[in-house]
Amino acid sequence: MQSLLEIERLSVGFRTKRGFLQALHDVSLTIAPGETVCLVGESGSGKTVASKAVMRLVDYENGQIEGGRIALGGIDLTALTQSELRSLRGKRIAMIFQEPMAAFDPVYTIGYQLVETILRHERKTKAEAKAHAASLLARVGIPEPELRMKQYPGELSGGMLQRAMIALALSCGPELLIADEPTTALDVTIQAQILHLLQELKAEFGMSVLLITHDLGIAAQIADRIVVMYAGRIVEQATAAELFAQPHHPYTSGLLRSVATLDTEKGDRLYAIAGSIPSLGKLPEGCVFHPRCPHATDRCRAAPPPPVRRGDREAACWHADALIRDGALIAGAASEDARDFGASGDSARAEVSARVLREGAAGGGSTIVQPGQAVLTAQASTAQTAAAAPAGGTELFRVEDVRKYYPIKRGFPGRSRAFVRAVDGVSFSIREGETLGLVGESGSGKSTLGRLLLQLEPVTSGRVLFEGEDLTRLGASRLRQTRRHMQMIFQDPYGSLDPRWNVGDLVGEPLAVHHGLAGKEKKQRVEELLAAVGLDHGIISRHPHEFSGGQRQRIGIARAIALHPKFVLADEAVSALDVSVQAQVVNLLQDLQQKLGLTYLFIAHGLHVVRHISDRIAVMYLGRIVEIAPSRELFRRPAHPYTRALIDSIPHPDPRLRTEPAAIRGEIPSPARPPAGCRFHTRCPLATDRCRAESPDLLPLDGDRSVACHYPLA
Amino acid sequence: MLKAVTGRILSSLLVIVGSSALVFVIMYLLPGDPVASMIDISSASPETIANLRHQLGIDRPFLLQLADYFGKLLRGDFGQSVLNSEPVLPKIAKHFPATLALAAASAAVSVIVGVILGVLSAIHRNKPIDLIARIVGLLGISMPAFWTGILLLLIFSIRLGWFPAMGSDGWRTLVLPALTLGLIGAGFIVRMVRNSMLEVIGDAFVVTLRAKGLSERAVMYRHALRNALIPAVTMIGVLAGEMLAGTVVIETVFSRQGIGRIIADAIMAKDLPVVQGVILFSSLVYVVVNLLVDLSYAVIDPRVRRSA
Repeated sequence: MQSLLEIERLSVGFRTKRGFLQALHDVSLTIAPGETVCLVGESGSGKTVASKAVMRLVDYENGQIEGGRIALGGIDLTALTQSELRSLRGKRIAMIFQEPMAAFDPVYTIGYQLVETILRHERKTKAEAKAHAASLLARVGIPEPELRMKQYPGELSGGMLQRAMIALALSCGPELLIADEPTTALDVTIQAQILHLLQELKAEFGMSVLLITHDLGIAAQIADRIVVMYAGRIVEQATAAELFAQPHHPYTSGLLRSVATLDTEKGDRLYAIAGSIPSLGKLPEGCVFHPRCPHATDRCRAAPPPPVRRGDREAACWHADALIRDGALIAGAASEDARDFGASGDSARAEVSARVLREGAAGGGSTIVQPGQAVLTAQASTAQTAAAAPAGGTELFRVEDVRKYYPIKRGFPGRSRAFVRAVDGVSFSIREGETLGLVGESGSGKSTLGRLLLQLEPVTSGRVLFEGEDLTRLGASRLRQTRRHMQMIFQDPYGSLDPRWNVGDLVGEPLAVHHGLAGKEKKQRVEELLAAVGLDHGIISRHPHEFSGGQRQRIGIARAIALHPKFVLADEAVSALDVSVQAQVVNLLQDLQQKLGLTYLFIAHGLHVVRHISDRIAVMYLGRIVEIAPSRELFRRPAHPYTRALIDSIPHPDPRLRTEPAAIRGEIPSPARPPAGCRFHTRCPLATDRCRAESPDLLPLDGDRSVACHYPLA
Repeated sequence: MLKAVTGRILSSLLVIVGSSALVFVIMYLLPGDPVASMIDISSASPETIANLRHQLGIDRPFLLQLADYFGKLLRGDFGQSVLNSEPVLPKIAKHFPATLALAAASAAVSVIVGVILGVLSAIHRNKPIDLIARIVGLLGISMPAFWTGILLLLIFSIRLGWFPAMGSDGWRTLVLPALTLGLIGAGFIVRMVRNSMLEVIGDAFVVTLRAKGLSERAVMYRHALRNALIPAVTMIGVLAGEMLAGTVVIETVFSRQGIGRIIADAIMAKDLPVVQGVILFSSLVYVVVNLLVDLSYAVIDPRVRRSA
């Protein structure tokens, strides 16, 4: 078959202040007409550079095509001038981006930006262009397109903007659509809708699609072929079915195994690829993957392996044949945990330091030691045994009918005020030693609920009991004392560490504040903590910018456990990390929980990870908990239609199990104007008149689960 | 939208009332006896002094004086000069046009030079034009107005004789003062526009625009510039205050008759009613300019318009 796009031995570099950085190395791939190719890799793999190189957009970012060619239907794009390229961009090749919120010019209307593109490439009158734009918006599923045309990007939701972006990309009927992480910034429910839309449109417009993603689940769901990149090189390419059945490269195998699937059990260790992705400035010699590869030999360290064809597929590994023959390259996820490299070291370290931590807590701060150290040890052991079924555990947190309203219209005093009901009547408890997962779309109120738990914000009404004490009634100094037992791990490993502080001060700050530790004593404790999270104590005087995302998150964790808290709130703690690193951090969190008897509230939108780490899961929708159940139960037999929709929206990392079109329609309504009755009724396929009128309470269903639905599924 | 505008106007009125009161309080608390600047206290009889105090109304309680002051303001009575009993408001009205012309010309110089250089330097980063823009920015910010003014006088009126060295009649007298004052504003605006332009060029939507196949000119001038102007407009509002303050120095250096000159003279002569009147008037102008700036946001940035 004649290919539409042919990239041959493409090399791209960037001129930077620190010299020339080679971002792509001899990248070759082809896309046939109508084919969907997924470019998969973690951050720094060069997948975005590759996509921008096709459009020659790298030229604007000090990038330079060093060698190779890019042919689109026979035209060599590397030889064209910018003005020739401009007539192709948006016309024959179109692109959609990761952040729909940032991808539109905020000061022009959606309609203007669509019409502008159409008029650039097509001989149409303004009226014709407008009509065409409106019809495109209607086609991508935007209600009231005429009205939306007149709106500004800030007035549409992320999902709607991504639809509009797709309409923009389609406006001149491109042959190739490049989609760079098009759903990463969106909720899983909206992601499912957008992916489905893309597939429909691909067939309708007869386009080829180059989709860039870090999510193997997405690749499994929509790709014809998958290209795996690592450190600027293609390490493997194959059809989706072949790749998932039998990877030919240790990196692919590692990636596939790192993905927590719905089958992994709580307590199992996730497979993790050791180490982290090298930066472009410091690429290893030989095969770039060898420092992280469990099968590396001297040959790998000496020379880079060339891509080798086997049938229709290709892999760049010296030992591929032998490894395949020996069955060393496994596709399946997690369960056989024992051999994970990198994990054994971690857990040994964690064990030692956990002991030190307990002793440290006893020695360091006599003021805070809880009724006897025996409790801590006992706690740790019960945590282990209770991990499977903590149903009988004592309550650490009890939340009673908590509400948080934010005023949105100030107005004059006495006038009626409007509120965003971020959390609206939530009651639940967290048991000692368990991990409670909290999931829901953005706008459901999960993060607000987390902050209310720690009393980082005052509640509007309701009670938050921690060990029987109502936190909402504590004075500031008493609250500060109590809060020592609750710590937080943040989502953004970059923003949550003060860039001007060194690691020693960052991790040591809580020790100085609460225990009055300083000097040698503080340093020693910090070193113990760093060891506990798997970091070298030599880093104590270094600054956050010198670390990778995963390492920073470990620093954040060390800071969180410094005071030996009972409770840790992890708000999207692994969401910003790459898959291989995510697994390392999840394993670390589980180790620490066992060793230190921690209780977690784990807020996340990545359902696989939540499923893996949680004992019980609470599902939130528009400020309310709609279902709370043991995690295995919840995933096997979701009782609330919303829970089921969330689960069905997850792209399953198995090309044999391609899911049906999106299970849930529409978007989450504004929490300022929640629907009457059951809040989910506007999107629920099973809603009746009763649902529209009467709000269901969260009632026990069976076993340890409760659901707020008039017609529970299970 | 209408509601937001009326709200903004109301709050501006509040600022005017507040600043008027503040001016009064400062004048009230100022050490020194206003009577002393009118007559020779040492030789005057106590009755004369008391009489004069009574005439000026400064023997009454503070609140009464304040109420009286606001009452007069509402009637447009800014008081009289203690030197020659000339009413203050007509005096200001007479000289304000010259100052307005200077401020407007300076603002025009600042905005035109500042925006053009700022945009060009961001687009042609690290090229010669960028260097020029950065030098202008540095000079504008660091050179004091009186020094630049004297320098320009020396070169263009005394050496070359192109422009008159003093006076406030005709556009030729306006050129050098406007350049002097305008350079300061241009310095600030160049830096502001350059930075915000560079920031916008790095924004994700610029990639979208290029990926749509738009020309660089459309990307830069139609899209990036409009976004970059949003912070620059705030700057222009702040600069309006600078321009007013700057006229005090500039009008003195170039011997122009304007309210800047009036207040400078009045301060020297301890003519408090005039000082008070000019301060009040200037704050009025400042509030109005900033009100206009705020309203102009809505024109440039639809987000402001819609959320209002």
